[in-house]
Amino acid sequence: MVKFLLRRLTVAILVALTVLTLSFLLTRLSGDLAISIAGPSATAQDVEIIRQAYGLNRPVYVQYLDWLFRAVQGDFGDSYFFRDRVSNLIGSRLPITLTLGLIGLGLALIVALPLGIIAAVRENTWIDRSVMMVALIGQAMPSFWLGLLLMVWLGLNLGLLPISGTGGPEYYVMPGIVLAFSAIPSLMRLTRSGMIEALSSDYIRTARAKGLSRLSILVKHGFRNAAIPVVSIAAVQLGFMLGGSIVIETVFAMHGVGYLAWESISKNDYPVVQAVVLVLALIYIALTLLSDLLNAVLDPRLRTA
Amino acid sequence: MSALLDVRDLRVTFGGTAAVRGISLTVEKGETHCLVGESGCGKSVTSLAVMGLLARGGRREAGLLSFAGTDIRNYGEREMSRLRGDRMAMIFQEPMTSLNPAYTVGSQMTEVLRRHRGTPRAQAVDRAAELLGRVGITAPGLRLGQYPHQLSGGLRQRVMIAMALMCDPELLIADEPTTALDVTVQAQILRLLAGIQKELGLGILLITHDLGVVARIADRVSVMYAGEVVESAPTAQLFADPQHPYTRGLLTCVPVPGKVRRDEPLGSIPGMVPRIPPGYSGCAFRDRCPHTHAECQGDIPRRAAGPGHEVLCTLPAGWFARQAA
Repeated sequence: MVKFLLRRLTVAILVALTVLTLSFLLTRLSGDLAISIAGPSATAQDVEIIRQAYGLNRPVYVQYLDWLFRAVQGDFGDSYFFRDRVSNLIGSRLPITLTLGLIGLGLALIVALPLGIIAAVRENTWIDRSVMMVALIGQAMPSFWLGLLLMVWLGLNLGLLPISGTGGPEYYVMPGIVLAFSAIPSLMRLTRSGMIEALSSDYIRTARAKGLSRLSILVKHGFRNAAIPVVSIAAVQLGFMLGGSIVIETVFAMHGVGYLAWESISKNDYPVVQAVVLVLALIYIALTLLSDLLNAVLDPRLRTA
Repeated sequence: MSALLDVRDLRVTFGGTAAVRGISLTVEKGETHCLVGESGCGKSVTSLAVMGLLARGGRREAGLLSFAGTDIRNYGEREMSRLRGDRMAMIFQEPMTSLNPAYTVGSQMTEVLRRHRGTPRAQAVDRAAELLGRVGITAPGLRLGQYPHQLSGGLRQRVMIAMALMCDPELLIADEPTTALDVTVQAQILRLLAGIQKELGLGILLITHDLGVVARIADRVSVMYAGEVVESAPTAQLFADPQHPYTRGLLTCVPVPGKVRRDEPLGSIPGMVPRIPPGYSGCAFRDRCPHTHAECQGDIPRRAAGPGHEVLCTLPAGWFARQAA
């Protein structure tokens, strides 16, 4: 178990380093930073001053090591636009995005797991087919459009929820539903196929031969084994939700990390863009690590592998 | 006194295909009844039908399905689940996959007792350890904490047997319990089953295709062919005086040291078990039978061939004896 953990952790650290390097390289590849910071009306002198001020005149490897050293300590420099530390910006925006992602995933699991299990138990009946139809619709629906539909319906027509903005719990409901809707189809399909496989397995026949209750057969013996791929995909989905928050937060004007990314990209605020990419990538890596750990908890065979 | 298990005219169909076509058999308390036949003849389906464990799409009908004097034909899933694991237990052919990979041996064994008897965990664990010891597993305490993938096939089958015995069942159905195991382990498992039976006096219905297994532990044998019992007799009687051409064919497929010469080819039965279409009449074996004749097309009478010995064949009594003379 310890060996398994160490190996996963090493891989995660290596991936994180690669992401750090890539995110540095990408901003350097997009042209002369000094020119784009100075703006179109700047003179050559202005550009030179900015180059000096931001240390862009140093050799690239010095800039890289300097940046890496600071980044590892959580120091991403100052925002060009917001007149604030990038770390402060991220720190204040991240909770909103994380909350939204967790609400989305939570809602998705609450809907997808029971429906997937029911579809598997009633395989090839009308119940199964209607559940899969819902999954198909969910997969085909663009999330920004569903967002707009909900705004019109729940917000404008019924006046139940605030249409957009950042605030109390009621502001999280619609974006949460939209995020959940995008994650439900794959989670449901995976639960269904995993359950169908589990229910046709020999150990389920054994569980029935032991006279166990239906609940125990379905959940304890069936779902426990079907859950292993679902956990992996749920982690990936949460990663997608956080990464894809740029769309949903823009649609609902929620001031999370996604909205921050959109603002800073449109304003050429490179340190912020870089930091957002990095933070989301690190969260993704952490989620992958977490899902590996959960899988090891669920499947004892992985612990000795 | 009535038999522990009394099955009469059991029929199982999947869609339009008849898998079991009216078989009858009994298992007495303390008796081992072996059901033998080739792959696909309906042995496993018979055992699953008795347990009420048929896969979806399987339809069961029976003239009688009596367990310990009670007709359980119309029992629903809930009533059957009360019997299963408690008074009637089953072990399967696939020890490698029949245990749930996600739970420890201890957890899987104790849940049977907790379900049927509501036994507290600590006592259930003691019972599980005791049974693991009885099925010849050393260091039961250690094994209880292990997961199935940490055990060999032979050990897993012992665990399955021990698990089946948790509630002291009256009937044990074993579906090819030794087929997936290597020969030395097979012998150990058979010895184990025979020993347990002597000790606990339970009835065993053993499904096998291995006549060697039959000779070792069966009290009574029923030979199945294409969903029917074609011959049924006490073990010694069946081996001494097989009356059905199919049974004779099966017996020539088994080498007997000292009887069959090294360079002599072993017998084989040409062809395969046919798929029986609906409305089929007559003997299902007639296309593979060396003694087939016109009467094999019609209804086949079940005739007595001795005490407790029945055969489903048109050949007259003593026919094979006269042939040999």
